[in-house]
Parts: sequence; C-alpha cells; structure tokens
Amino acid sequence: MARAIVNVPARAKRGEIVEVKTLAQHPMETGFRRTQTGELIPRDIIRRFTCTYNGTEVYRVDLHPAMSANPLIAFSTIATETGTLAFQWAGDNGYSVTETASIRVE
Amino acid sequence: MTTRREFLVLAATSLALSEAARAQLDPNLAANRKAAFQEALRRIVGDTQVRRGRVKLQLPPLIDNGNSVPLSVAVESPMTEADHVRAIHVLTEKNPLPDVASVRLGPRAGRATLSTRVRLADTQSVTAIAQMSDGSFWSDSAEVVVTLSACLEEGLI
Repeated sequence: MARAIVNVPARAKRGEIVEVKTLAQHPMETGFRRTQTGELIPRDIIRRFTCTYNGTEVYRVDLHPAMSANPLIAFSTIATETGTLAFQWAGDNGYSVTETASIRVE
Repeated sequence: MTTRREFLVLAATSLALSEAARAQLDPNLAANRKAAFQEALRRIVGDTQVRRGRVKLQLPPLIDNGNSVPLSVAVESPMTEADHVRAIHVLTEKNPLPDVASVRLGPRAGRATLSTRVRLADTQSVTAIAQMSDGSFWSDSAEVVVTLSACLEEGLI
C-alpha cells in the first residue's frame, strides 16, 4: 500500500550539486477535520523525512499537518562518491517507508 | 417536490444549525492564532533578532486551492563547513497550527533549498526563517490570497 517515489540522477560528476525529488503516498490527515456527524478525524501524518547518503544524514524534514497530502520534498545534495541514497519516511500509526536510489559518481 | 411548509422548516433548521456552528467557534480565534505564531517563532529563534534578507520564499500570490500550494525556499549561503545553513523553518500566521515544516541540513546539501507543497487555511502571510551556522537568523515573508481554504471548518475567522 504505502509507496514512495524518488528521483535521483543515475550519474554525476564529483562535487556536482544534484537535485533530489521525493514523493510519498500518504493522505496526511490533519486532525482538524470532522466527519458529517461532527466527530473529529484523528491525525495521521508523516512526522519525519530523512535522507542519508552512504550512511551520512544530509537532509531531514520535520513535517506538520500543514503539509499537503502526498508530500513532495525536493532538495539538493553534493555528489561526493558512488553509493546509495536512502530515504525514510516515518509517521503516525507506525507508518514507515524506506526507499533507496543509487548514484554513480565519476 | 418540496412543499412550502417543508421548505420553511428546512430553512429554519439550517439557519439554527449554522448559528450553533458559529457559537462553537472560539471568539478569540484570531488573537489565539497570533499568539501561537509568536510562540512558535520564539521557540525557534529564542531571544535572537531575526533579520530580513538572504532568504527567498517563493509562493504564488493568488491561490485557487489552499490544499496544495507550491512553496519553495532558497537561502543564500556558500554552504561550506565554516559557513552554512543549519535549519530552515516555515511558519504560517493563520493556520490552526503555525508550523509547516522544519528542515535540518548541512554543508553536504550543497544548496540550502526546499521545494514542497503546503496547505493554507486562509489569506495570510507565510514566513521562512533560516538559521545559519554562526547562530544568526534570517527571514523572508510572502503575502498570499487564498480563495478556497484548506480545512474549511476551522479556517473561518
């Protein structure tokens, strides 16, 4: 069910700044909406997004209910060495998704 | 076919219901949200002064749908070990919660940027604050007009 898409260039020059785009599939229920009978819908969001490059954390985001459904996070990182970028989304109700992408640095 | 009598009863109940809904709304909503925004700001910057500049916050000035608003932040910084951006925070003035996103980054990011999509509950001002490695804070704000609000129920002011 839970899915995520990441977009990382397959190859890059050493020291080049590369764009990373990520998209996680999640409704991001704010906890402020009510059903037609007036009951509050409990909050269900992604709390934290982390990106690690060969084990080193390069980017981390704390998300709040004001992030849209299916949160898109795009940022940049320096292509230092050939290896993998690991992405992790963690949230309410035990939500946890990981995704990896490999990059070849020349 | 709705008869005149049915229509009148329906109209009366719906009026009464909207009165009840309004009664539930906190009369101090605007003041409370302002206080919440100030508190969130204080939690991030403490007593340090926030200066304008170095941060560029981009948002469309007119938004049709507040549920998904493209937002991007870029901070001017050489992003070296000695001088880089440590954190980027995005805050709103009138959302039910002032916080939107908090980013932690370092020299490995290469450029201090964030592109994402956010929810906006009302016509308001959005603020981006960047914390530099020397401890200084820089900010930028953008005024946006929202025609269809996200989280309608709580967005009425």
